[in-house]
Amino acid sequence: MINATLKQLSQQLTAGQVSAVELATAYLDRIDALNPALNVFITVDREKTLAEALAADARRAAGQAGLLTGVPIAHKDIFCQQGWKTSCGSKMLDNFISPYNAHVIEQCQAAGLVTLGRANMDEFAMGSSNENSFYGAVKNPWDVHAIPGGSSGGSAAAVAARLAPVATATDTGGSIRQPASHCGVTGIKPTYGVVSRFGMVAYASSLDQGGVMAQTAEDCALMLNVMAGFDERDSTSLERTREDYTRDLAQPLAGLRVGLPREYFADGLAGDVGRIIDNAVAELKKLGAEVVEVSLPNTQLSIPAYYVIAPAEASANLSRFDGVRYGHRADEYKDLVEMYEKSRAEGFGSEVKRRIMVGTYVLSHGYYDAYYIKAQKIRRLIANDFAAAFAGCDVILGPVAPTAAFNLGEKSGDPVQMYLSDIYTLSVNLAGLPAMSVPAGFADNGRPVGLQIIGNYFGEAKMLNVAHQFQQVTDWHSKAPAL
Amino acid sequence: MKWEVVIGLEVHVQLNTVSKIFSGASTAFGAEPNTQASLVELALPGVLPVMNKAVVDKSIRLGLALDATINQKNIFARKNYFYPDLPKGYQISQMELPIIEHGKLAILVGEEEKIIRVTRAHMEEDAGKSLHEDFHGLSGIDLNRAGTPLLEVVSEPDMRSPEEAVAYAKALHTLVTWLGICDGNMQEGSFRVDANVSVRPFGQAEFGTRREIKNLNSFRFLEQAIKYEIQWQIDTIEDGGKIQQATVLFDPDSGETRMMRSKEDAHDYRYFPDPDLLPVRISSEQIDTIRAAMPELPGQMKARFAEAFGVSAYDAALLTSSLAQAQYFEAVASATGQGKLAANWVNGEIAARLNREGLDIAGCPIAAERLAGLIVRIADGTLSNKLAKQVFDALWESDLGADAIIQRDGLKQVSDVGAIEKMVEEAIAANPKAVEEFRAGKEKALNALAGQVMKASKGKANPAQVQDILKQKLTQA
Repeated sequence: MINATLKQLSQQLTAGQVSAVELATAYLDRIDALNPALNVFITVDREKTLAEALAADARRAAGQAGLLTGVPIAHKDIFCQQGWKTSCGSKMLDNFISPYNAHVIEQCQAAGLVTLGRANMDEFAMGSSNENSFYGAVKNPWDVHAIPGGSSGGSAAAVAARLAPVATATDTGGSIRQPASHCGVTGIKPTYGVVSRFGMVAYASSLDQGGVMAQTAEDCALMLNVMAGFDERDSTSLERTREDYTRDLAQPLAGLRVGLPREYFADGLAGDVGRIIDNAVAELKKLGAEVVEVSLPNTQLSIPAYYVIAPAEASANLSRFDGVRYGHRADEYKDLVEMYEKSRAEGFGSEVKRRIMVGTYVLSHGYYDAYYIKAQKIRRLIANDFAAAFAGCDVILGPVAPTAAFNLGEKSGDPVQMYLSDIYTLSVNLAGLPAMSVPAGFADNGRPVGLQIIGNYFGEAKMLNVAHQFQQVTDWHSKAPAL
Repeated sequence: MKWEVVIGLEVHVQLNTVSKIFSGASTAFGAEPNTQASLVELALPGVLPVMNKAVVDKSIRLGLALDATINQKNIFARKNYFYPDLPKGYQISQMELPIIEHGKLAILVGEEEKIIRVTRAHMEEDAGKSLHEDFHGLSGIDLNRAGTPLLEVVSEPDMRSPEEAVAYAKALHTLVTWLGICDGNMQEGSFRVDANVSVRPFGQAEFGTRREIKNLNSFRFLEQAIKYEIQWQIDTIEDGGKIQQATVLFDPDSGETRMMRSKEDAHDYRYFPDPDLLPVRISSEQIDTIRAAMPELPGQMKARFAEAFGVSAYDAALLTSSLAQAQYFEAVASATGQGKLAANWVNGEIAARLNREGLDIAGCPIAAERLAGLIVRIADGTLSNKLAKQVFDALWESDLGADAIIQRDGLKQVSDVGAIEKMVEEAIAANPKAVEEFRAGKEKALNALAGQVMKASKGKANPAQVQDILKQKLTQA
């Protein structure tokens, strides 16, 4: 049962083979056993979870169940959830119990999904290794010495360790794809605007996008059906006709044009990761896909552009954490300015402070044009690169990260090295495109490696189709770590 | 040395929308603290602003009234600074591409019209309030006002005296209340003025260094503050000092301005486009629809009053100081055909009485048709001015019409020649001394005799007729 996919759990619930309470209890027991070692969850609340499960069973009994009613889920601790601590991985919000629900949470509750707990993450979603969480890093279930990836490390590890069949997550510069890759699970970041940001604690508003991780592409499609949709409370939410993201899963891949950006296979890509991607491409060729080389010439510029734009937006987004209305406030201060200074100095970790300072600097008088405006121009160039590439292909394939998961502590002293590892994921957010990570093999050190699939705008169904077909002929996604 | 004063104003006009600029919370004034602060005003983690379209429509109305350019692409920006009553740590405002640019507003300087240029007006959200009383060593925060929509209207430095500044502020106040986009309540902060003031020697082309007086919430304070500031700047320079650019506050109790912060302390607001809000695009159709629904504006109405009713430019300006006032006047003037008389009464007795009783025209107990009833009786000679005032007082106190009051109180003016002649003859007979003085060339004596006649008639005799008949009788004999 613990290895079951969403689809299988849905069938078992519908058939009455298992109840939501039984399912929730099984997962909670496993969390109790494994969480102390893996540090996946920030908050677990058995009572609340079982109350939700009981309600789900009542819905089933009343004949009002949806496909996923009673299925347990882990929520990244970035989505505001009424009555639950929503810490965003920060000391600043360690005392914050949300009085309201994010749109994503509302949608999950409407579908009858049962909250298992709140997944650990890099503080305010800033990080690639999960080492920036106030609650300590999540351990990679495949190797507790390895990073799980970030910022949605808790979500990825929860699915990988089978502590939850599915987990919500967010992706600002790779925060779904990179941990999914490092933990060997399937993750999707939709087109910017598909999932409402209402109630998602903001890091970089123009880049943040909610998404999901599960074992399979099919499960991701089912979840996207729940999470996507217009929300008038988010001005950047897109008003579009509802889609069934499962509709194209079974389509054969014959004639599919797969673009391989030459810049993604250049220097810096580890040999073992490169071979895994090559093998994955070979599998897709066998399924009838044809491969074309494409170019994304401004890929290198995505790092400086991202690390200007994201901190700039973050520096303003995080100003609300001032100790005045909620969140951490210093115990002692002599005046208002000192209250701000001490509360923020104590409440934020070092990476968050670094990005606030960078962001404040690039927006400052005299530097704005040289940094912020320039970065926005690069952003446009990057979007243009993708537009040109998609003129000749249906999806773009490549690695998610240059290497498999590195060791905890390996790069934490060198932020620039850490930033450079985001090279293959950042440009997707800058362009607002959808992308996935699909388990594709194991590196020489035995750690999982994901294949990145980048779709054109609103190409989620196409990406999911490619991923699903790949998963029909491979079994990387169903491998679980021995725990 | 002779000094020239240069003034520019920044006015925060609170738009009277039902809900806030970026949330559905109510904008009503005076509620219990923080009861009108939604999740958005509290700036909880994860909340997002959603633009209230009514703010755009109301802003466009002002833009059209100022004959300004309406920018059809609007971008909101974040203005970053920390303050406890600014919950997000930034204010959502407009920097580049404000909704209104290049407007103009006419003011009356003496009898002369002067055009004040409006540089720009941009949409933004108000902050909350910090309450420093009642909290013994602490400050209270009330976020009810946070998110209230404002239109910040910035003028060019076109004003050259405190009087011009006040005239501009009043003209803008008239306009925004006229358009129905602001309630104009200055005490509640619906219309707040910042004045940028500098002085320079007459004839000098460059501006002097300015100081900005913040947050003036009455026309009287505006005038006092600017006057004080001008004198302070002149004194400072003449004493050999230099003006430093600064923001100052006006203390109504001392009548002085005092420094709040110098230019060195000025914030770097680090404006950048707000990624939570898409650009607001305004279509030409939207502008045309609003234009078609625009009311006649004060300037247009002023010109029409002068033309159609023959009132002076000064009277017309007074009459159009508010829409309600103008509509009241027009109703009286149209009903009576007596434009000038109507203007005199509306600007005279009505205005004085309302002022005395602290009412505005909307609260006037004499409706336009009742004043018209009075004016008709003045125009047809039924009432003398003196009797008219008696009737006016009665109109104020009761619900009766002018004719009913005249009837009830027997206030009809006596214009019957025979009756007046009889009273004149009696007065002449009873006052030989005055008659003698008049005949000796003492014109004043005539007034004494006329007074006797009026007294005898209990004030009802037509005064003009009394004068005529008196003169006639005295010169005949």
